[in-house]
Amino acid sequence: MANGTIAGQHPEEVSFYEYDGKRKGIMGWLLTLDHKRIGILYLIAMLGFFAVAVSMGVLMRLEMLTTGETIMKPQTYNSIFTLHGVIMIFLFIIPGIPAVFGNFLLPIQIGAKDVIFPRLNLLSWYLYIIGGLLAIISLFTGGGIMDTGWTFYVPYSIRTTTNVSLSVFAAFVLGFSSILTGLNFITTIHRMRCPGMTFFRMPLFVWGLYSTAWIQVLATPIVGITLVLVILERFFGIGVFDPNKGGDPLLYQHLFWIYSHPAVYIMILPAMGVVSDIIATFTKKDIFGYVPIALSSLAIAFVGYLVWGHHMFTSGISDTSRVIFSFLTFLVAIPTGVKVFNWVASLYKGSIDMRAPMLYVMAFIIVFSIGGLTGLVLGTLDTDIHLTDTYFVVAHFHYVMFGGMGLLFFASLHYWYPKMFGRMYNEKMAKFSCWVFVIGFNVLYFPMFIMGYLGMPRRYYDYLPEFAPYHIVATVGSWIMVLGMIFMFANLIRGLYNGPRATENPWDGTTLEWKVPSPPPLENFDKIPTVHYGPYHRDWEDDRNEVVKEKH
Amino acid sequence: MKRDSDAHVANAHGHTGDHSGGHVHRDDIGSKMGIWLFLFTELLLFGGMFILYAAYRFIYPDDFKSAALELDPVLGAVNTIVLLTSSLTVVLAIVALQKKNIKLCMTNLWITQFCGVIFLVNKYFEWTHKIHLGIYPKGPALEEMTQGQTVFFGLYYVMTGLHGLHVIVGMAFIGFIMYFIKKNYITYNNYQKLENSGLYWHLVDVIWIFLFPLFYLIH
Amino acid sequence: MSHLNLSNTEEHIEREAQHEEVHLEHAEHDTGFGTYILVWLGLVGLTAITVTLSGISLGSLTIITALLIATIKTLLVANYFMHVKFDTTIFKVFIGVCIIIFLTMIVLTFFDLTFRNPLI
Repeated sequence: MANGTIAGQHPEEVSFYEYDGKRKGIMGWLLTLDHKRIGILYLIAMLGFFAVAVSMGVLMRLEMLTTGETIMKPQTYNSIFTLHGVIMIFLFIIPGIPAVFGNFLLPIQIGAKDVIFPRLNLLSWYLYIIGGLLAIISLFTGGGIMDTGWTFYVPYSIRTTTNVSLSVFAAFVLGFSSILTGLNFITTIHRMRCPGMTFFRMPLFVWGLYSTAWIQVLATPIVGITLVLVILERFFGIGVFDPNKGGDPLLYQHLFWIYSHPAVYIMILPAMGVVSDIIATFTKKDIFGYVPIALSSLAIAFVGYLVWGHHMFTSGISDTSRVIFSFLTFLVAIPTGVKVFNWVASLYKGSIDMRAPMLYVMAFIIVFSIGGLTGLVLGTLDTDIHLTDTYFVVAHFHYVMFGGMGLLFFASLHYWYPKMFGRMYNEKMAKFSCWVFVIGFNVLYFPMFIMGYLGMPRRYYDYLPEFAPYHIVATVGSWIMVLGMIFMFANLIRGLYNGPRATENPWDGTTLEWKVPSPPPLENFDKIPTVHYGPYHRDWEDDRNEVVKEKH
Repeated sequence: MKRDSDAHVANAHGHTGDHSGGHVHRDDIGSKMGIWLFLFTELLLFGGMFILYAAYRFIYPDDFKSAALELDPVLGAVNTIVLLTSSLTVVLAIVALQKKNIKLCMTNLWITQFCGVIFLVNKYFEWTHKIHLGIYPKGPALEEMTQGQTVFFGLYYVMTGLHGLHVIVGMAFIGFIMYFIKKNYITYNNYQKLENSGLYWHLVDVIWIFLFPLFYLIH
Repeated sequence: MSHLNLSNTEEHIEREAQHEEVHLEHAEHDTGFGTYILVWLGLVGLTAITVTLSGISLGSLTIITALLIATIKTLLVANYFMHVKFDTTIFKVFIGVCIIIFLTMIVLTFFDLTFRNPLI
């Protein structure tokens, strides 16, 4: 699309792809300070890592197709599930929506020309890439691919001879990238809103990003220091976690989950913001309960800090704290419920336009509800004792993570695709691939609930013959799901070249990004806009009100 | 007040010269907000360590007391005073710059750097003395100690070490700032960068304010 | 597109800007050398007190007094040296949020440690 220099070009007249500024070609991208280009850079890198992690997932499922050795040795299996987790969590799910869509859309949605610290933004991207590269380098150096699982639990992680130090350091660098993005977003939202854009006129996606950013800033350092301690423990034997030297491994778990549970909300909060935006657009009406949805984002972010202990119910923490954590866990359901009910209420009497992004959102609501409700089963102390470390947990977090953030990442991709690339994809194909994906998804993960309930432990290389039917169904499901993703990305890539040009506002959306050209020019707005109404306000509602007034 | 609203209007209106994507405008409050958020991450980085400290002190109360006897409270107190003084000179440097007294500003920053060096030298002697006695991870004296004492010294080395690292980073920041002041990039009406480095330096001070009684004064 | 007025005249900015009150805190307060030196003297004095008190056996109060004095010192540094006292409300709210989150972490961790038996 970028066709180099246009003589005498002005930044207002050409899109950010075509306007090269000081540097041309590839350097114009690698040294760009434009939030939209950085968003695209994230997207490209992230999809690369995502493809790697998906392939590992498929390989794992293939290994589980039959009992005993199918395609790999047990040690390889350990490494692959560790890598699958580390790459998916640290390189795709956590940074996913904020880094790609947050970067691209946050400034436009609040009527700004860029984020407040563009250089820091570029630095975050480089840290992200460095972290990813370190993770890859760790595969080929040291004592082999790490085999600790993505949680790096001590004491195993300080004793195994595999290359844990480098992988852990990679996670540390990625955490730093995440912190800088969060810091940038909070300051941008406080300082860069256009005239008239009060906090309660911000699109709900921005509210999601804002709440997320606070978790990124206030929780990530905890895991940062914990991972540094693991490295120090490995190199110097300082004895902070090693039980032989008086350390308490449970404290590692505390510190790890103090971050990693709120991190779950880093993954889902921006995604929930996307849901609100998409529903408002495709029901053609203002969202129901704007303020409760906005505040429930902050509430989820805060409650997220109170519940980490439910990852440790069977680890030996005190009974008192188990009961307290179990109780607090149920609190999360309240703000989440506020969101879901408001979404459903928004659908009511809306003129629902079931376009591809909306279809993904509908799929999300169903899949995520299954994930959320099974979360209650795991949050309950006594049922958790039975189900912990089984496939039930695996199924649960894939339903909430992949079915939640993953599906909404695809929804965002389809929703903002015309804005980001200035083209349209094939609508029918997008819907078809959504169906294939969702069917494959359920075929893959639903049997895991059943076998988990029946006692199939997670992370095991082999299984008893009675679990074979479930494993076979799940493996077949993984093929269907991947097929759905291949259809989807093929369609999106084809749209880049052959799709019809997108108009400024193909979905009849109301937020600010639909007021600028597709793709937007370098500085987004010719003139900084002034906002007079809430984000989902529609003209025809004015007209209707006027008609009503006239009648009386 | 006036200057900031100018900066804001410039943001609202303006193309700046650089069209490569950077939108340069000045927002001192935004810049300060950014640095405060960064300070929070530093605070919680140490916060994780303080949680560990609290937990282990709760688990091994007696071992912590006996291990702390190895540390010299006088040395710790001297370092506290040194850091407090360096914090004072940073704020005095800001006031001096506001009053356009660049010479006084630089003198104060030099004192800050000097205090930083004294702190590190002190720390160096403290650490080398411990290492000389064999109190270091895997060291002969530490191997003899109880588990709680081992943990105490593990935390001692990590926390004071990390803090020392922050002192070095803070000194580097202030070094850059001094260069900028010399080059007139930082002036009496444009000194947010000095202010931000100062905030970082004070945070390092605050962390030491807590480290000092927690490690040196348990009796 | 009636609801999106793209005008950006000065009046609009004046009238519509809903940003937090923008202050340049430097222009706001005229704290001279004197105040800062007084604060520093206070800090040194508190250091002396905490060292002295540590010599006296106060039992379980030792840690509490030490932390109390450290907190007072921190308040002095934050309010004067870090100018928090003169900053807008939003900075105070931010700091409050950060401290509350940190205290929450400690309290919840201690729900485990206090009631765990045996501890290790």
